[in-house]
Amino acid sequence: MTADTAVRSQPSMATFSTPPVIASCSSSSSVPPTIEIQGIVRRHGAVTAVDRVSFEVRRGEFFSILGPSGAGKTSVLRMLAGFEDPDDGDVRIDGRSMLGVPPNRRPVNLVFQSYALFPHLTVKDNVAFGLKMRRVPAGQIDEEVRHALAMVKLVGKESRKPGQLSGGEQQRVALARALVNKPAVVLLDEPLAALDQQLRQAMQVELKSIQEQAGLTCVCVTHHQEEAMMMSDRIAVMHQGRMWQVGTPREVYARPCNLFVSRFLGVSNELPGRLGDRVGEDRLFHPTDSDLPPLLLRTEPTEPPGRLATLSLRPEQLRISRDRPADACPLLSGRIDKTLFAGSETKYLIRIGRESLWEARTSGSETPALTPGEHIFLHWASSDGRLFFE
Amino acid sequence: MQTRTTGSGTVSPRESCRSSWLAVPALVWMALFFLVPLGLVFAISFASRGTYGGIVWEFTTANYLDLLHPLYGKILGHSLWYATLTTACCFVLGFPLAYVIARSPARWQPALLLLVMLPFWTNFLVRTYAWMILLRHDGLINNALVSLGLVTDRLELLYTPTAVVIGLVYGYLPFMVLPLYVAVERLDPALVEAAWDLYASRWAVFSRVVVPLTMPGIVGGCVLVFIPSIGSFITPDLLGGARSMMIGNLIQHEYLVARDWPLGSAVSFVLMAVVMAAVALHYRQADRSAGPVDER
Repeated sequence: MTADTAVRSQPSMATFSTPPVIASCSSSSSVPPTIEIQGIVRRHGAVTAVDRVSFEVRRGEFFSILGPSGAGKTSVLRMLAGFEDPDDGDVRIDGRSMLGVPPNRRPVNLVFQSYALFPHLTVKDNVAFGLKMRRVPAGQIDEEVRHALAMVKLVGKESRKPGQLSGGEQQRVALARALVNKPAVVLLDEPLAALDQQLRQAMQVELKSIQEQAGLTCVCVTHHQEEAMMMSDRIAVMHQGRMWQVGTPREVYARPCNLFVSRFLGVSNELPGRLGDRVGEDRLFHPTDSDLPPLLLRTEPTEPPGRLATLSLRPEQLRISRDRPADACPLLSGRIDKTLFAGSETKYLIRIGRESLWEARTSGSETPALTPGEHIFLHWASSDGRLFFE
Repeated sequence: MQTRTTGSGTVSPRESCRSSWLAVPALVWMALFFLVPLGLVFAISFASRGTYGGIVWEFTTANYLDLLHPLYGKILGHSLWYATLTTACCFVLGFPLAYVIARSPARWQPALLLLVMLPFWTNFLVRTYAWMILLRHDGLINNALVSLGLVTDRLELLYTPTAVVIGLVYGYLPFMVLPLYVAVERLDPALVEAAWDLYASRWAVFSRVVVPLTMPGIVGGCVLVFIPSIGSFITPDLLGGARSMMIGNLIQHEYLVARDWPLGSAVSFVLMAVVMAAVALHYRQADRSAGPVDER
């Protein structure tokens, strides 16, 4: 589900004036991070593709860089691989600065989006390529290759050429070709983007289990938020060359640092408005749309009244009812605009007031579906939902 | 994964049958003006020379037997050596050039290719004369070397085997660059990066990935340079002098000077056999090192 399906009255992208929040990963353990990226900048002509990005990746971690195309995430990956060097800042792997070190001398291997398998070599020779280049003894190469191919379940296909394999098998060869070298970091560039939906989901599970089994440290670049959330230990959200937020999938999903992150990670049901007075532990929120009643929200008590803000709620936080709930608060009334049955759940697009179209869901297929045009009530826990100040 | 478009994939058999008529004019042309003369030359190579240079239609293999003379062997050896050296030089010079052009921004490529083709805009003979001016004893190259103090004695460049190879490399370099350009342009840059990422040195990237995957272009370029080089006669004639006679000069000599058409025809067929053998060898070599690339 992309954020685009949730239509809302939204401030434009330009209103993200908050400086990027770089959550420092709380590396309390004594093990030094495998990757340290320190304030890297990469310019392509007048365009700053990567703007002061810093993060760390711990050993054995699956770290995803998530962002729309053109966010600069591939540039970060290429600077890790050594195909590009940053204009400023430092890239350190296992405590050693990698500036000026060419790709063939870096302890990292990249799984290309297009797989980039050598079409003239067999599966076995493809996987053995890195070991041969490092002049590993032939007997050891055979053993390592066999082990790697067993890990990606490609035993019996050793003598095939890449052109004779299916997309999923090619993906496995690409993976085996990287992990057979036991690199400090495996870099994955949109690893599953070329696969169709079903295969993709199967490979997500498998890639994750291979990573855990082999104890790989992975940095994965993807624009697919669900994939990133399912596979990653931590996610970094990039946009316009900046890294906006770093955290576990749950953190980033539940507490996005701004509207962009909120929209990019899932459906964000939004309502612009203005902060009002304090009412006990809660605050009044006056929607800009004057047809809508003020809402009582649990939020930061320090913000001064009158500040403009946008309320954002995830679909699963919303409850739908036909009848007005007795003492539910906050509460909004709306009208069903569209009913989308998706098997295990039913999605509803609900018109709120004049301008907002929200998405809510009910699980299970047996509940009688609400029909378009029906009037309903939406309510949620006052502690749910987030306010983004402008 | 590198994808290749063959273009023929979607044409139905019926359609290809219908469109095969389009090849008829060219086939007729080739039959009339290539196969017929070739047959004539073949016939003449088994005839004898008349006293005053005409052709006497008596079957004989004497022309071929004459060619066993060591002198002819030497000329053939020369030719093979010059052609091989020329092909090698063209490859060494042409590959980096083709690589740079194929990897330059797409909007520059047509202009760069045009520059490669530019020498063809002038007559080959005129260009070879230009090389004579450059290479001769008091030519531009010697003048430059002397005035720069790099040499004290002027170099003997013109009328040497070196001059022949220089002239041949100059003349046929574009034939090497164009097929190589096409091959490199098709090579997925990600494959080069993948090899580099997998610990390959620059040389290993070249020899293990780039060369095998551009083998069709390499073979094409080498064949296109080797064939005209071995049969060339203007370049060795003008730049090489009497000492560097090549098989092309021999053929020219037999036809035009000695007026021995049967012997000239026999030499022509020996040349053809040598070229075909060399090309066949080349393709076999290429097949072995590249292996079947497209097996889908």
